[in-house]
Amino acid sequence: MFRTQVMVILPEVLLAVSAMAILLLDLVIKRKSVFALLTCAAAAFAFFAVTGAQGAAWGGMFIADGYSSFFKAIFLISLVLPAASSAGYLDVERAGHGEYYALMLFATTGMMVMASAGDLITVYLGLELMSLSLYVLAGFMRGSTRSNEAALKYFLLGSFASALLLFGISLTYGLTGSTEIGAVASYIMSHGLSGNPALAFATILYVAAFGFKIAAVPFHMWAPDVYEGSPTPVTAFMSVGPKAAGFAVIGRVLMLALGPMTFEWTGLIIALSILSMVAGNILAIAQTNIKRMLAYSSIAHAGYVLLGIAAGGAEGLASAMSYLFIYAFMNIGAFTVVTLLTTEGVNAEDLEEYSGLSKTHPLLAALMLIFMFSLTGIPPTAGFAGKFYLFSTVINAGYLWLAVIAVLMSVVSAFFYLRVVMYMYMREPGHREHRMERSFGARLALGITALAVLALGLMPAGLIDLARSAAANFKG
Amino acid sequence: MDLLYNAVFRPETYSPLIQVLIILAKALVVVGVLMLHVTYATYFERKSIGHMQVRLGPMRVGPHGLLQPIADFIKLFFKEDIIPASADKPIFFIAPAISIFAGMTAISVIPFFSGFVVANINIGLLFIFAMSSLNAYGVVLAGWASNSKYSFLGGLRSSAQVISYEIAMGLSLVGVMMMAGSLNLSEIVRAQQRFPGGFFWPQALGFFVFMVAAFAETNRTPFDLPEAESELVAGYFTEYSGMRFALFYVAEYIGMIVMSLVGITCFLGGWNGPFAIPYLPFAWLFIKLYLFIFFFYWVRATLPRYRYDQLMALGWKLLIPLALLNIIGTGLVKMLLKG
Amino acid sequence: MNPYLFGYLGAAILALSALSLTRKNPVHAVLYMIVMFFHLAVLYLGLGAEFLAAVQIIVYAGAILVLFLFVIMVLNIKEEMEGERFSGGWPFGIAIASGLFLLVVLITGNIVPGQQGPYTPGVIAAQTNTKLVGTLLYTQYIFPFEIASLILLVAVVGAIVLAKKKLR
Repeated sequence: MFRTQVMVILPEVLLAVSAMAILLLDLVIKRKSVFALLTCAAAAFAFFAVTGAQGAAWGGMFIADGYSSFFKAIFLISLVLPAASSAGYLDVERAGHGEYYALMLFATTGMMVMASAGDLITVYLGLELMSLSLYVLAGFMRGSTRSNEAALKYFLLGSFASALLLFGISLTYGLTGSTEIGAVASYIMSHGLSGNPALAFATILYVAAFGFKIAAVPFHMWAPDVYEGSPTPVTAFMSVGPKAAGFAVIGRVLMLALGPMTFEWTGLIIALSILSMVAGNILAIAQTNIKRMLAYSSIAHAGYVLLGIAAGGAEGLASAMSYLFIYAFMNIGAFTVVTLLTTEGVNAEDLEEYSGLSKTHPLLAALMLIFMFSLTGIPPTAGFAGKFYLFSTVINAGYLWLAVIAVLMSVVSAFFYLRVVMYMYMREPGHREHRMERSFGARLALGITALAVLALGLMPAGLIDLARSAAANFKG
Repeated sequence: MDLLYNAVFRPETYSPLIQVLIILAKALVVVGVLMLHVTYATYFERKSIGHMQVRLGPMRVGPHGLLQPIADFIKLFFKEDIIPASADKPIFFIAPAISIFAGMTAISVIPFFSGFVVANINIGLLFIFAMSSLNAYGVVLAGWASNSKYSFLGGLRSSAQVISYEIAMGLSLVGVMMMAGSLNLSEIVRAQQRFPGGFFWPQALGFFVFMVAAFAETNRTPFDLPEAESELVAGYFTEYSGMRFALFYVAEYIGMIVMSLVGITCFLGGWNGPFAIPYLPFAWLFIKLYLFIFFFYWVRATLPRYRYDQLMALGWKLLIPLALLNIIGTGLVKMLLKG
Repeated sequence: MNPYLFGYLGAAILALSALSLTRKNPVHAVLYMIVMFFHLAVLYLGLGAEFLAAVQIIVYAGAILVLFLFVIMVLNIKEEMEGERFSGGWPFGIAIASGLFLLVVLITGNIVPGQQGPYTPGVIAAQTNTKLVGTLLYTQYIFPFEIASLILLVAVVGAIVLAKKKLR
């Protein structure tokens, strides 16, 4: 009994144990880049364990199914790529400590627990594990006031979101007498609570709390400052993993537990989605700092993915999931370019820094071009495939007008994404020479993301089939 | 006689009103005995340390200075009550009261002999932790409210010290809880009847950690940094005088007595002894209490004060790991014996 | 639980929270919070959760708030007390808070207690709250319990990473 249960949570155990091992090894190993390697190795083992671990454990508190496995793959990707590109960056910023990698592993463990949560208690604890690790990671560059500000802002607003979530959970528990997701749903169904205003209020609280984690407007205020202040690899990490984790629990809690509610939370999601797409894309235009710009872009992308949730059903969820998968590669790729250009005394965050990059580093500029095209949604990149599938699902679900707004906003987004390209290709190099940091891990990560973006753009069918089968259990 | 027996041991046979009165009467008895002990604990301390240092101690007031504590009390009572001008007055007034209150309340869950306890509650041990952690407030607030550097430093030192050692103390008693299977102090005493010498031998490690932590919690030498007179005048109560000063003094002795009683109850078999003493069911408890208190004085006369960083290192790097080790060991032995 | 006792505790908790929010002197604010925690502990006692009550006092009043005091005492309180208690946006905050409050009031009529679990007050009284909490934490809820322990580990590591003067 116990052994089978441990087998189900093996991936999480692997990550947590390697995190603790890193904390201990940190005392004896002086070359901190070793830990980047260890982290990647742990993630690789966890990935294989994910494919093997299926089933429910601890009375349904933890469920490892296709749905959770798909999300766990996203989390592990968003762990490995930034971790690989961290070593050089941390040396530049003089923040190379073993705890960095341990915290990344802990955060990923938290995300995986969230994706597998079969109980509201597990949802909350996974969320806290992830968030606490991220608060610390955001402030990891201790000498930088921006980093400190980021950590503090993220922490204060994040705790507020946690409080809202707990309030929602307590209301749900009070009304249904259970915290188990399946039991909540069946109790709502059997006791005619589907129209209960108190439960509707709880739903609003959930949407607000998860909306904070995925940085959807109007719960996005923290994102630009936090993304800007955090170490760049951490920004890459937290722009993908927590967002995906937030969507994973949205699927579990809103679509499963509160699925029987007649209260139209879909309307709420649509409102969030439109606000995020509009505000995210329009505000991004005004940014001159590339990290802030990418922060607003990630807000906009949360809006796109919310479309999939709003479309509902297994198909809607599958489109959201496959878009998140693609988003992971293109977004991390873009941040990795920023990471690589960060060298002693140059933080490579101002758009001006990218002037004439194509002349000095043609390959790097070309890769950045691919990521920017993909984020905009220009074929043949993965971004196009993802958006195409997402928008067509939305149209099939009967929300033509929503898809029109989304396409319009994608056009708006072209303005600021392509502006980066314009800087790189159509301007002369500025007074400062571009230097590239010589980290093998970061280059490898860049190569992988670029390849993935192109490959998924040309052959998205496999991914979409995978997402479809993972979301098959969600009738919505 | 029957009436008295019932009142003490089976109060539930009476109506609620009388039950309340019985509890009040018990509390009064305990407080009376406690205050008497506190008064003479000061005398005992001065005498025993005096003799250890080849002096005589108080000799003037009464035969062998026996009335000295009473003289001290009268003096303190009639002294002028000075309140510093820039003190935060409400807090300055409340602080000594908190100290006394926390100490006295903790006594209420200690069983003095089989069936005699003011409040026989299920979470007795936790209650004592709660009260001893509140004790810190008296010290910290006194130090802050006095608005003086010496007091303030004393208060800061005390808050850090008490929090650190609170953890070690709590963990050291977990072994006892595991062996007794209860947090009720009477149950803990009964569970020890099966072991000769109580939990002292099986929980020797826990007892060691507990004793060290008890010294730190009560701010006694060698951990009396919050009131280190050579550096901080009198530490957190530098600015207090008269009766308020006396309250802190009393609180310190109450704290010592509470810690001794907890140690006796949890490790040394409580009211039980090698043989029963007729008509005096509490005799063993008090004999052990006096030995404990003597031990406190003995240590004070023997050891010099720790440095602050040494104190913190001892608490975090030695006592807490030891206490954790003790918990793991106790759990393992319990599991092996069971199956 | 006696409704009068509950009424008193509820009112006192609200009043004390409001007091601790509005005090200009942070030490006074913390003291009101301590008293509030005591009321909370009594509330737990009234619900038969004696273990929770004790832990509430030991952990919150006894440890966390002492740490609060510790930090606050090192601040320059005179400086703190000269500025405004609230930043400029407080009417906005109050508006949101009262909106939320209104919503909560509106829904209270719709709260129907859910199904009763197996741990009724009778069962708890028979087994004692402490024992039951312990048993459940280490059997049924062992997985969340372990996750919580990871959270605490992260908190410890994080605090050291952010605050230690010199990392190696």
